[in-house]
Amino acid sequence: MEKNNILVRGLCKQFDGFLLDHVSFKVPKGRIVGFIGENGAGKSTTINLILDELKMDNGQIQILGMENTNSTIKKDIGVVFDECNFHDVFNTSDIEKILSGVYQSWDGNLYRQYLQKFKIPEKKQIGSFSKGMKMKLSIICAMAHKPKLLILDEASTGLDPVVRDEMLDLFLEFIQDEECSIFFSSHITSDIQKIADYVILIHQGKIIFEEQKDDLIYNYGIMKCGKEKFASISPDDYIIHRVTNVSVECLVRDREAIKNKYKNIVVDNATLEDIMLFYIKGGAA
Amino acid sequence: MEIIISNSSDRPIYEQICMQVKNLIMNGTLSAGEALPSMRALAKDLHISVITVQRAYEDLARDGFIETVSGKGSFVAAQNKEFIQEEQLRIAEELLQKVAEIGRAHGISYEQMVNILKLFYEE
Repeated sequence: MEKNNILVRGLCKQFDGFLLDHVSFKVPKGRIVGFIGENGAGKSTTINLILDELKMDNGQIQILGMENTNSTIKKDIGVVFDECNFHDVFNTSDIEKILSGVYQSWDGNLYRQYLQKFKIPEKKQIGSFSKGMKMKLSIICAMAHKPKLLILDEASTGLDPVVRDEMLDLFLEFIQDEECSIFFSSHITSDIQKIADYVILIHQGKIIFEEQKDDLIYNYGIMKCGKEKFASISPDDYIIHRVTNVSVECLVRDREAIKNKYKNIVVDNATLEDIMLFYIKGGAA
Repeated sequence: MEIIISNSSDRPIYEQICMQVKNLIMNGTLSAGEALPSMRALAKDLHISVITVQRAYEDLARDGFIETVSGKGSFVAAQNKEFIQEEQLRIAEELLQKVAEIGRAHGISYEQMVNILKLFYEE
């Protein structure tokens, strides 16, 4: 049995001034994987390559155990981009008429059940929807044909906290079936910190890490000390440091070990955002 | 089953779940054979990741509080509560003995120690 719903190996893509450099990662079955990185880091490029919207220069992508170029897998994937691409004059039943013709596995009951649950008006034209409603509709449509894999690219951008929370509900509902996985990119790290099982950070076209989220937030820490004290700290004990006018801050992999090794030192918990900023900004304060 | 997760606590979420389920079992709210919510359902209710719940359930299974039957779910293990309590009491006694030794050797009064313990209990 295939354990991963997405498997990417040595993926390369060259554009003018940008290189996606040997990207490898996996999205295991039944898991939610968050994909983070700054704008232009290569998130959307990677997603477009996975969806075979872009052709890769080199590497391998498997979806549900098959090559991503195999068109039979399309029915098992649901995709949401950061914009709602339905025409303004349609309402939700028009959408259903279209999509139920596209997908054999379209589940009209499930669709209407979701519409009701997330309070999407059935008669109104989509053009009059709020951004949050449009996004919820996009996600519902991506889920109503019962895919095994949901891929979202920046779908939570621009949504208010209430809608984002409802979105997390939808996601967790989706993976109640342990065959299903979600791969979603976002720069709202708090959403990922809540529900992702694994986190992948991409920076300048390279994967910086692929870790279990709990390991990141329960083990990683930020050590803070004066410059003098910093000189006594072994470079093996931290990943990255940055010097500010008043202190030195270091990202450490195991905060408890650091607390035990060095006395009288401040070691704070690190959020996903802290960790991401450390890696991306590196030594620059 | 009631579980209350504190996001501002220093204690990891999987530990909070683990401790609260243990507590529910020890005080009899959950009885032997009773089904626990599925990992995925609990993750959904708490808005946390599945792996976090999985880790809590694994720890509970390791400590003998629950049994996980693949394909069926997790259940409160049939066990002797008195036995577990006695076992834990023995561990606590050992630790308290060490506390007493530290206190005696360094002139920390009994009252001071008791107050500290009281604080921890009320935490």
